[in-house]
Amino acid sequence: MTETDTYYALMRRQGISRRSFLKFCSLTAASLGLGEAGAQQIAQAMQTKQRTPVIWLHGLECTCCTESFIRSAHPLAKDVVLSMISLDYDDTLMAAAGHQAEQSLEDTIKKYKGNYILAVEGNPPLADDGIYCIPGGRPFVDKLRHVAKDAKAIISWGSCASWGCVQAAKPNPTKATPVHKVITDKPIIKVPGCPPIAEVMTGVVTYMLTFDRLPDLDAQGRPKMFYSQRVHDKCYRRPHFDAGQFVEHFDDAGARMGYCLYKVGCKGPVTYNACSTVRWNEGTSFPIQSGHGCIGCSEDDFWDRGSFYDHLTTIRAPGLSGIEGTADQIGLVAVGVAGAAIAAHAAVSAIKQARSKTRNDRVSEVEK
Amino acid sequence: MRVNPVSGQVLAGPLEPVYVYEAPVRLWHWVMVVAMLFLMGTGYMIGRPPPSIGGEATFHYFFGYIRMIHFIAAMVFAVAFAVRVYWAFVGNHSSRAIFLPPVWNLSWWRGLFSQLGYYLFLKKESERWVGHNPLAQLAMFAMYTLGSLFIIITGLALYAEAWGWGTWPMNIMGWVFVVFGDPQMVRTLHRLTMWYLLLFAVIHVYMVFREDIMSGQSVVGTMISGIRTWKGAPRA
Repeated sequence: MTETDTYYALMRRQGISRRSFLKFCSLTAASLGLGEAGAQQIAQAMQTKQRTPVIWLHGLECTCCTESFIRSAHPLAKDVVLSMISLDYDDTLMAAAGHQAEQSLEDTIKKYKGNYILAVEGNPPLADDGIYCIPGGRPFVDKLRHVAKDAKAIISWGSCASWGCVQAAKPNPTKATPVHKVITDKPIIKVPGCPPIAEVMTGVVTYMLTFDRLPDLDAQGRPKMFYSQRVHDKCYRRPHFDAGQFVEHFDDAGARMGYCLYKVGCKGPVTYNACSTVRWNEGTSFPIQSGHGCIGCSEDDFWDRGSFYDHLTTIRAPGLSGIEGTADQIGLVAVGVAGAAIAAHAAVSAIKQARSKTRNDRVSEVEK
Repeated sequence: MRVNPVSGQVLAGPLEPVYVYEAPVRLWHWVMVVAMLFLMGTGYMIGRPPPSIGGEATFHYFFGYIRMIHFIAAMVFAVAFAVRVYWAFVGNHSSRAIFLPPVWNLSWWRGLFSQLGYYLFLKKESERWVGHNPLAQLAMFAMYTLGSLFIIITGLALYAEAWGWGTWPMNIMGWVFVVFGDPQMVRTLHRLTMWYLLLFAVIHVYMVFREDIMSGQSVVGTMISGIRTWKGAPRA
């Protein structure tokens, strides 16, 4: 593998026909929302541009992002994009191991200084000097800072790197911290999800490698092309929501009829992701299609937003463990207490007035 | 009749009727009442939908209509609030009361504690006020004004979500989700604020009727006619 390789050359060497290559270009262009001209642009770029090296680091995580990534629907996306990346450094997927692997990381950093993309899966725990995640004999946070220093841009894979995910759920004993709070001087693109959709991951990588820039990001740093709409907005069960047809229990007639899962806690209306359009496993299905509500895995702090089966968030009273409620329970209690207080106040007011009236009457009788 | 120009306390008689609430203020008040009734009713159902209806989804738009009523009432609520803010600039003394409690004024604070003492049965008689008494004014500001502003902002942000990031509604309102973290949090706060405003409404309705009966000044009728009238003898 030399520096002068183009993506196209790499693909051809892997036995991919030109026809397949062009299919990949148009498919990727379509999924990125680029249109006809976009496919030609991608093809042109892939045939002429040198490939951009990618270093893939694993912090505190479960590797579900990698598992998702290697199941990308389009075989080209899987084989080509993956091999393009793993050639440089990826602890999970690379051939090298041990000191050799760490050496190849250093070599890549040196060779492509300022030009490589850093993809981070998982996040660094900061408590106790980062002792809770030690890959290659040193804290992950040090490794992350070291590799990020000379990176051109950073991709935060999954909810761990983007938001913190389960290891950052309260009380977050290891102080797991999302990448953007540790590395503040590099452009960061968040691809949240637990895991993110494979096609979304390959789409983002292809876009960055092809056009040499970050895709358009929303206010929270996610690529707009995949994260600008809610799961709810494009859900195939949306007509049942508008009609007022809801699953009340998981075993009722509504569940069998495929009604909306809003009442059993579906977080589709508060979750920005492409699940309802791209779907999973070669477009086979997604959680809502298989009858379970969305748990909002691509949203910040989704572990700390109460039950997965309750549409309204559980609110914990600060400092009082065990006391919790939803907005409705709190509201009802507040209004109830106010109502009782009002009734008491009104009663006292009435008694006081009646008393002062009799007293006034007595006074006027005396005056007579 | 001598009146404290800042707090609105009636200092000396003789008592004469005063024009307190101008027509736009009265109109705004009753528009708010109707809008809030619709908003709380439909809003509660949006969070906790009524039992499912049967039949083909093609022929029903029941929940859609509930949301539509909520959105229409919300727009009326927001516009009425905006017009009311405008009127605070051009209206009379009382039109500014709920936006700007004069916390820098000592006599206003004295009035607030005097009113508090009256409600705690420590004082037998209420002072008389042109417009809101200081305690009412503070409650209006903290509960109605701030609550409404917050529920309008979070509501518009949730409404903008239907268009998605990168569209003009979200370009205007997207910052709300950045400030509060995520859409689920914004929903929760929006709903809590509904309860906060309901709490205000319950207290408000009790207080205006109590005042009307016991305090020696017209209250309910004033929001209809705009004119404050007085009952009983002037206070010393």
